[in-house]
Amino acid sequence: MDFLHDILIARLNYWIYVILMMIGLHAMIAKNNLIKKLIGMSIFQTAIILFFVSVGVKDGGTIPIVSHHGHDDAHAETAHADDAGEAAGHVDGHGEIDPDAHDNPLPHVLMLTAIVVGVATLGVGLAVSQKIYREYGTLEENELLEKIRSTDG
Amino acid sequence: MADHAPAILLIAPLFAAIAVTLAGLRRPARGAEGPDREAGDDSVEFPPFQEDKVCFMLTLGALTVSLVAALTMLGQVIDRGVVRYFVGNWTSPLGVGIELRVDHLNALALVMIATVALLAAFYSHRRVEDETPGKSPQFYAMFLLCAMGLMGMTVTGDAFNLYVLLEVAALSGYALVAMGDKRAAVAAYNYIIIGTIGASFYLLGVGYLYIKTGSLNMAGIQEVIAGGGLAGSRTIQVAFILIVLGVWIKMAFFPFCAWLPNAYSHAPSSSACLLAPLVTKVSIYVMIRMMLTVFGPAFVFEAVDWHGAVVWLASIGIVVASLIALAQTELKKMLGFLIVAEVGYMVGGAWLANHNGMVGAIYHILSDAFMTLCMFLAAGILIHRTKREDIAGLTDLYRKMPLSMAAFTLAALSMIGVPPTCGFFSKYFLIRGGIEAGQWQYVAALLFASLVNAIMFFRIFEKAYFGELSSEAPELEAEGEDDGYDHRVDMPPAFREAPLSMVAPLLIASVGLLFIGLNTREIVTVIEQTLNLFALAGGGA
Repeated sequence: MDFLHDILIARLNYWIYVILMMIGLHAMIAKNNLIKKLIGMSIFQTAIILFFVSVGVKDGGTIPIVSHHGHDDAHAETAHADDAGEAAGHVDGHGEIDPDAHDNPLPHVLMLTAIVVGVATLGVGLAVSQKIYREYGTLEENELLEKIRSTDG
Repeated sequence: MADHAPAILLIAPLFAAIAVTLAGLRRPARGAEGPDREAGDDSVEFPPFQEDKVCFMLTLGALTVSLVAALTMLGQVIDRGVVRYFVGNWTSPLGVGIELRVDHLNALALVMIATVALLAAFYSHRRVEDETPGKSPQFYAMFLLCAMGLMGMTVTGDAFNLYVLLEVAALSGYALVAMGDKRAAVAAYNYIIIGTIGASFYLLGVGYLYIKTGSLNMAGIQEVIAGGGLAGSRTIQVAFILIVLGVWIKMAFFPFCAWLPNAYSHAPSSSACLLAPLVTKVSIYVMIRMMLTVFGPAFVFEAVDWHGAVVWLASIGIVVASLIALAQTELKKMLGFLIVAEVGYMVGGAWLANHNGMVGAIYHILSDAFMTLCMFLAAGILIHRTKREDIAGLTDLYRKMPLSMAAFTLAALSMIGVPPTCGFFSKYFLIRGGIEAGQWQYVAALLFASLVNAIMFFRIFEKAYFGELSSEAPELEAEGEDDGYDHRVDMPPAFREAPLSMVAPLLIASVGLLFIGLNTREIVTVIEQTLNLFALAGGGA
């Protein structure tokens, strides 16, 4: 059971992101419909976002908002931090703030940007799909390739 | 002001892109009627033209500011060493704040990017309305954003910031490609799918780096890896593989190159002139930056022992791409495959794991950017004038368009590697590196590619010099819009030369090839300033 725990339970977030990512990658490469490919792309990007978000979370950590600067912190439970948390949490210089009691906000903030990027990519992808549909009247890749071959020789 | 050069470099095109978009809003949406450029650029009676002109001027102005900022930084770096700029003046001990960092390596790359973008913008002036009717404000906005993204990727010292700017450049690049001909949308779609996979792999790699090192600052990551003895860490190795894979997909390294030729040959020529010289080169710069600054040569060449395999892959890529290029009948497609071969040169050179190979790879980033710019500018002009995309249509051009063909010839000689041009010197360093590393297959591939290039370009020279005017030629010439073609004998042969605003950038770029070639010693000295910090084999001369 130790084995199972180490491989599966302790790394559940990694498994989830890898499985989601593979689903997305499969859809991007193997699906015939251009919109389904874009859906796959969104799943692919979301998997990475999940990965980052899960990395920032700590056992017993709370939202990283320091309301009364200086005399924090009631949540000084024995919390377990991963490498990232140790390195980037509020270390030293902030008095009594306990980094272990707060989730690491940095990966979450990064992901705000990544979400924006993902939405923008999806938007461009849909716009281009629309253009393809206007030019060729189809969104199925095999029909599209046939039409390209027949027009361009 | 000079202290803020790294920020000004990015802010100028960013704000100009917003201004251009706003200027475009005032303009009523128009159909596909191509406006008549003959009417003269100074015509006041057509308000839409005015807005185009405003957009063009804003673009030129912003890129000029960027170029000045880049030159300023090059001067500062040569005088005083590395320039560090903390955005918002927020320095964080953990490397969380965004840092812009300029050393000798990216100072050169920034000057190159700003120059190429400026020349491409000049060229686009005449072509935008033909190629993307009614959309020139949008075109210039995308153009500026793409240039900003590329410069940002180069100047940033922050690994996550690089991802964001990579996507800014890529997203505007997708839009620039999609503005092209009928098939462009399909090419752009494939580019989006492949490009997103590449960028996502990069992001994932950055995630692993952050988990292990707790820093996003490139120098900070290197400190942790080298100082903490993390070279053997599985996490760091996974991060390295993901990042390198992502960047390879972005730069169209050999097995991942299917998207590139289609995207660049169907894009409007004014977009292709910006994207083709820069996107792949900047990705290679990112790869080298990752190898040297983030992971460090000790990790890349010793802890992970695949540089031999990568050089093999590059060699195979060079040979295959050159052969496919030889088989192409369309000029732009051929150039697309040549870019793939050139990417092989640079990746192979960087992974030779010695000083000369790295110098060659970095020097080739500069020279190849200008060669590709020259090639695509010339291809744009030739296709615009002859109205034919295939190589067989390039008959009798030396008489008709001597200036364009002279520049094209110079670029072709540089691609082949004839001495006074920069192509020779990059091949010289790369081959020397290959010999020192004992990677003979890479040396053979380089020589083979030069041979194939020679065959390819001399085939075009022959057509253009000796090719008979085909029977269709008069009819084709009659289509030439603004030069009132006539067959009268007294007409000077240069009469069919393209407009000056198109030829001038081409000529400047081709002179640039000679300039880089003749200043090889200075440029290599600058490159070595940075490289000597990394103690590559055979360096420190």
